Amino acid sequence: MGEEKNSIQDLLEFFRKLNVKELHNVEIEGDIEIEVDLQQTPIFELMRAIGYELGMAGYHLMNASKMLGYPVEVFFQPPQVAEVPVQVEKEVSVLSELIREKFEEPKVEYPGVIEEIVIGATKADGGTRSNVVKVGGEKSLPFYYFDALMPNTPKVTIDVFDMPITLAKAVREHYQDVMEDPGDWAKKAVKEYNADMITIHLISTDPLLKDTSAKEACKAVEDVLQAVKVPIVIGGSGNPEKDPEVLERAAEVAEGERCLIASASLNMDWERIAKAAKEHGHVILSWTQMDINNQKTLNRYLLNKIGYPRDSIIMDPTTAALGYGLDYAYTNMERIRLSGLKGDKDLAFPMSSGTTNAWGAREAWMTGSPIEGDSDWGPREYRGPIWEVITGLTLALAGGDLFMMMHPGAVAVFKEICQALYGEKDIRLDNIEQWITLEVEE
Amino acid sequence: MKVKSPLEIYKYLPKTNCAECGYDTCMSFAANIIERKVKPADCPFMLEEKFKDKLMELEDLTSPEIKEVVIGVGKNAVTIGGDDVLFRHDLTFFNPTALAYDVWDTMPLDKLEERINTIKSYTKFYVGNFINLDMIAVRCVSNDPLRFKEVAEKAAETGLPLILVSFSPEVLRAALESIGNKRPLIYAATEENWQEIARLAKEFEVPVVLYSKDLATLQSLAVTFSEMGIQDLVLDPGTEPVGKGLQETFKRVIQLRRAAIEGGNKKVAYPIMVVPMTAWLIESDKLSTTYWETVVASVFIVKYADIMILHSLEPYEVMPLVILKTNIYTDPRKPVAVEGGLRTINSPDENSPVFITTNFALTYYTVESDLVSAGVDCYLLVIDTEGLGVEVSVAGGKLTASVIKETIEKEKVTEKINHNSIILPGLAARLQGELEMETGMKVLVGPVDSGRIPGWLEENWPPK
Repeated sequence: MGEEKNSIQDLLEFFRKLNVKELHNVEIEGDIEIEVDLQQTPIFELMRAIGYELGMAGYHLMNASKMLGYPVEVFFQPPQVAEVPVQVEKEVSVLSELIREKFEEPKVEYPGVIEEIVIGATKADGGTRSNVVKVGGEKSLPFYYFDALMPNTPKVTIDVFDMPITLAKAVREHYQDVMEDPGDWAKKAVKEYNADMITIHLISTDPLLKDTSAKEACKAVEDVLQAVKVPIVIGGSGNPEKDPEVLERAAEVAEGERCLIASASLNMDWERIAKAAKEHGHVILSWTQMDINNQKTLNRYLLNKIGYPRDSIIMDPTTAALGYGLDYAYTNMERIRLSGLKGDKDLAFPMSSGTTNAWGAREAWMTGSPIEGDSDWGPREYRGPIWEVITGLTLALAGGDLFMMMHPGAVAVFKEICQALYGEKDIRLDNIEQWITLEVEE
Repeated sequence: MKVKSPLEIYKYLPKTNCAECGYDTCMSFAANIIERKVKPADCPFMLEEKFKDKLMELEDLTSPEIKEVVIGVGKNAVTIGGDDVLFRHDLTFFNPTALAYDVWDTMPLDKLEERINTIKSYTKFYVGNFINLDMIAVRCVSNDPLRFKEVAEKAAETGLPLILVSFSPEVLRAALESIGNKRPLIYAATEENWQEIARLAKEFEVPVVLYSKDLATLQSLAVTFSEMGIQDLVLDPGTEPVGKGLQETFKRVIQLRRAAIEGGNKKVAYPIMVVPMTAWLIESDKLSTTYWETVVASVFIVKYADIMILHSLEPYEVMPLVILKTNIYTDPRKPVAVEGGLRTINSPDENSPVFITTNFALTYYTVESDLVSAGVDCYLLVIDTEGLGVEVSVAGGKLTASVIKETIEKEKVTEKINHNSIILPGLAARLQGELEMETGMKVLVGPVDSGRIPGWLEENWPPK
């Protein structure tokens, strides 16, 4: 099957055109003889069988007896049953007919609904985007289409940085040629890697990096807005002193484009960031560190102190990587989503996940295990992307709506599985029982 | 479980407050039964003859919503099922998804042995433990009972629990006659073969999978088997690996579990099986299929599969799956912290380095195992950060220069070394200046990942 020859392009191609074909050389197991052959059933075994059935409901006994072709009356005589030899160890009576049941499908309706948020503005709305991206709007748990249709699939925004940064090798090789230019980087992410949106991180503004001024850094925002026509997210460097100034300026520069401003956080001057974002008509990302109560607090501040419109808030409750706290991130998001659905309006907003955090896991980037006794970890160029996919997918199942990702293969697989669960892929595989007799080529 | 309040349990208990169970009062013991930290039989008095009836009643009242089924025997036996909630934050999930990897009876002998060995020997170190793979699923491709039996015997030699996979009762019987005493799970009873499979399940007293894509049929099979006295059941609602089929598989799994736990439908309150290896029915290349099997498996590890059958043993598939199941089934009620204090790694002396880390279990065990594996002789000073990792505890003010200084003094670290230096984790670099001021020690900044400590030591130790 030539695994080594697979490039990521092949993988992308596969998931774009996922094509199901009939298998050959596989026999279907089935039509198995199920009639009980009376000729081969010793009489004492029958006796014992029927005796056992006495303990059950009458109709079972009747059925069992009739099936075996014996007159029912014979077995209602207690002395005969009592004489059944007890030294036989095994009891092998079975019913003659399946007890037919109906399965009642549970249905859950929640009183709450998650806000549907529109990111980006087209010409008609005073922006220059070619399309908008909608997230949220759920009335059920994610992909529970049998409770209520999910209005939007999870969306992917690919990370772009305003200066070259250190990246895991498996990620870097896809962006190596464009890292000097955020515009080219964004273009590649949209055109080649199918990004729904672009996140431009203004990390060069960090005083510990280049300490670029807010004004200077915002040129990258303009470059990206020029280079691509999808909606964008604008992020700072995470520096609590610098971010308010940088994001304030960015909000001003991107006025009319209805960007997602990332982010307002309790550990910095969120008020300044939120005011600027609101004034220039952007969506705000409300970011807390894995604490549902803080998330509620910050959302309330945004709603009540700033007067942020409900249709313009997205939450980032923090993403931890698979193996490195994903269980906390999962449960935190799941609790937030359930609270929203159950009617807590302070938490009824879509959620964003910094899925790229998955690359912080050593299993994603290290060449091999540093731990004696571990089985081989396998090639890291395959490990890393799957780490990113599973981190994102797990959080999509908790209620995530927007996913900040990086590896093109991870983006492709993540989108594919979400679309399948969403019901967008109108394909189906028949005869799935064939796995039982499948001879897998190695 | 049927009861929701400790009071309902308390009335069945001896009410002596003898504390032999380890809890001060019977009420406290009752509260811990509710939280499923103990079982009624953990009370020594309940085992006495006069409490026999009460114990039985109480065990019935406190049994989990989803039936627990044991597969295999001895130390490798695996229990599946046993869940009480739909969301892990409501209690915790019990019995992590058991992962069974397939072999089949037409494999060349050398390949078969190699594959069995890979399954048996897989280990992944994680948070202080080695995770292994749970089971082997033996598939009958040949339709030859004798051949199947031989391969099953070979797989059974590992001591791992088995799933015997065939719709043919003759084939299953052949293997059961040889290794039926090892309590394998048999796969599967269907609408067509259920009577013969039921006979096998009863005769050999083994757990059995019921298979149907139609949930009404699946429930019919479950009720029929239960009625025949066969309670160790596993439900396979069919795994369609792509497109709308996958979407409907998701629905079937969710609905089965919701019906059992929220809808009170005890007729389907059994462990659920999912078979991600159906991904191998898709015609594609190996890498894409392996990826697809991994994501399908991930969906159902998160959502309610108690046991699954997988094919790919590629490490880049196996490793994320074993970690995902460990994460999802981690008890969210337990603090994930180890005790603070000074540990010795290998055989340190007064010239050995002292590394600082936090008491978040994942952080601690990662660092500790890295140091042990690399054969580094050193001290590891574990700071009580209330179970937070390095980065978070620095940001949250739990890992500070003064907390480190206190621990250094308490553990008398400076008396054990002659170099008066200490090494901060790379992610706590910003504490360097302040820590030097507070302690008067030379403070070095180590690597961001403890896996890189050996290389770091080569360049930076002993300190200049």
